[in-house]
Amino acid sequence: MKKRKVGGVMLSLSLSAGLLLAGCGGAEESGGSGGGKEIKIGANVELSGGVASYGQSASQGLQLAVDEINKEGIDGKKLKIVKVDNKSDAAEATNGALKLATQDKVAAIVGAATSTNTLAQVQIATDNKIPLITPTGTNPDITNKDGKVNEYVFRTCFIDPFQGTVAANYAKDEFQSKNAAVFIDSASDYSKGLAKAFTDSYTKAGGKIVAKEAYVAKDTDFRATLTRIKSAKPDFIFLPGYYEEVGLIVKQAREAGIDVPIMGGDGWDSPKLVEIAGNEALNNTFITNHYSAADPDEKIQEFVKAYKAKYKDTPDGFAALGYDTGYMLADAIKRAGDASPEKIKEALAKTKDLALVSGNVTLNENHDPIKSASILKYENGEQKFATKVDPE
Amino acid sequence: MELIQQLINGISLGSIYALIALGYTMVYGIVKLINFAHGDVFMVGAFVGFYSITLLDLSFFPALLLTMAVTAIFGVIIERIAYKPLRNATRIAALITAIGVSLLIEYGFIYFRGAQPEAYPSGVLPTEKISILGVSINSQSIFILCTSVVLMIILQFVVHKTKIGKAMRAVSFDAEAAKLMGINVNNTISATFAIGSALAGAAGVIFGTYYSKIEPLMGIIPGLKAFVAAVLGGIGIIPGAMVGGLLLGVVESLVSAAGYSLWRDAVAFIVLILILIFLPSGLFGKNRREKV
Repeated sequence: MKKRKVGGVMLSLSLSAGLLLAGCGGAEESGGSGGGKEIKIGANVELSGGVASYGQSASQGLQLAVDEINKEGIDGKKLKIVKVDNKSDAAEATNGALKLATQDKVAAIVGAATSTNTLAQVQIATDNKIPLITPTGTNPDITNKDGKVNEYVFRTCFIDPFQGTVAANYAKDEFQSKNAAVFIDSASDYSKGLAKAFTDSYTKAGGKIVAKEAYVAKDTDFRATLTRIKSAKPDFIFLPGYYEEVGLIVKQAREAGIDVPIMGGDGWDSPKLVEIAGNEALNNTFITNHYSAADPDEKIQEFVKAYKAKYKDTPDGFAALGYDTGYMLADAIKRAGDASPEKIKEALAKTKDLALVSGNVTLNENHDPIKSASILKYENGEQKFATKVDPE
Repeated sequence: MELIQQLINGISLGSIYALIALGYTMVYGIVKLINFAHGDVFMVGAFVGFYSITLLDLSFFPALLLTMAVTAIFGVIIERIAYKPLRNATRIAALITAIGVSLLIEYGFIYFRGAQPEAYPSGVLPTEKISILGVSINSQSIFILCTSVVLMIILQFVVHKTKIGKAMRAVSFDAEAAKLMGINVNNTISATFAIGSALAGAAGVIFGTYYSKIEPLMGIIPGLKAFVAAVLGGIGIIPGAMVGGLLLGVVESLVSAAGYSLWRDAVAFIVLILILIFLPSGLFGKNRREKV
């Protein structure tokens, strides 16, 4: 992934350098539908490839939001989505963003569902002065790199460290945990980011990390490491990773006789997790997530109903955030009173107390939303809503 | 207690390596070819097992037998199409072909089916937890170990007590002389591929039930590890592959147990390098002088 990212950035640099001249001419009329009846929105998402399930959910959520918004329209104009499939590949994501910015001349770009593929578009969006909103890219670098805010980049989800902090607090408050083990994917920045935030908050609150172990993505045998963790006798295990490995780890942990609570982040959120780990092994496991379809909140239930009616499926976190991204964008366009990329960008930065499915959103100075996280609990293979945690 | 637990972990893992390594070593023994597509036969076996369990509703043992039959035929097809025309070509040409076949199977499979992982249904084998003196053993791993051992015993029987086994040993000793004695060399080689692939297929099903997650590129790393196991035991020597596999599994578990889980794969390949430097013919290999 790392290699690809570098490749993507390099490509984006060379391509954008080549297009500087072309870009100058296009800049004035970009978002070009200004005078027409349509506002074009680009969606650069993973419709095929390794993480297609993330991109498809996000794109379906976005489509639902746009359909609803178009019933009334924004100042008599309708939104139109121009979809690009980035094939879960950073280089393709860069190409897609370039096409949306220069050929389709969209007013804003939504995407991608993963951090890596979003980072690959940041440069293009900045060069072409088009706002880019990622529904679910949680890596802090997307909006704020080396202490400098990316002016044209926004997100609808909370960032990685927040999930780790929430998990640490939950471990202390709910389980009176004193000795935790941390088991991370050493090849993933996402996993490391969550683990660091968890460790910081947990030790600050007086807890002790008794075991710190790591694995590499695509490993399949974790029994030896789990046996080692077991002998350290933790009363809580923090396991930030993606569903493929997490499923195996939870299964093998239960088989090895580890029955303490295990907790992770939104990377667990996939139906495949339940298939891999099995219903029983997942009991007594928890995740932090952006929202829960089982949350009794009225706004959420309305969304779940509408989504089910359209797609015959329960919306996951990605779908909810895709949906929210549509509304956040519509809100900004409404407040801007003009569908030019520059105005939309300014309005987006001022998003405040916007009631969305995944919580009330206010964007901070880093363009990151401040909002609540949901904690979900697995019971016989079903996600149950446990509680909601507000930011401090 | 932890050490015993870790040894059990290692032996379960090692028995899967051993099953794959057997195919490598048999094929090498008879045609002097490292069949790099072997790890992908293992992958195909895992998927055949998965579909026969989920779509045909078979239980573990019928699914295992069906898979072994399918992968045996698959192995023979690979041999007939890709390797037989190169029987008299240079060894490097055959080796490169093997790598090509491996990539073809992997990406052909992804093209037709997609890259998403699949999960074996739980409850294919009973999963009782058995605790003896603080060591907890999963009944599944006992099942799996027994299946592997039984398969290896059957293999020993086939190689040493049957006509085809005799032919295989003769061809591996001297193909030309075997031909002069009236042995059908082509059929014998195909039979070797069939048996080796059937074992890899069985390993695939076992892997699937034990680890539950399968995907189209799952054969690469176990394939390479099994290759290390085969070299460790002495490539071309059947008992060597079994011991090499088990040993490698135990070494990997102990490395993780010592807290160096990130070094596990590296250690496996360091073992390969050390064996090649100090004991090129493996643990069980005799240092035979090259006949001129």
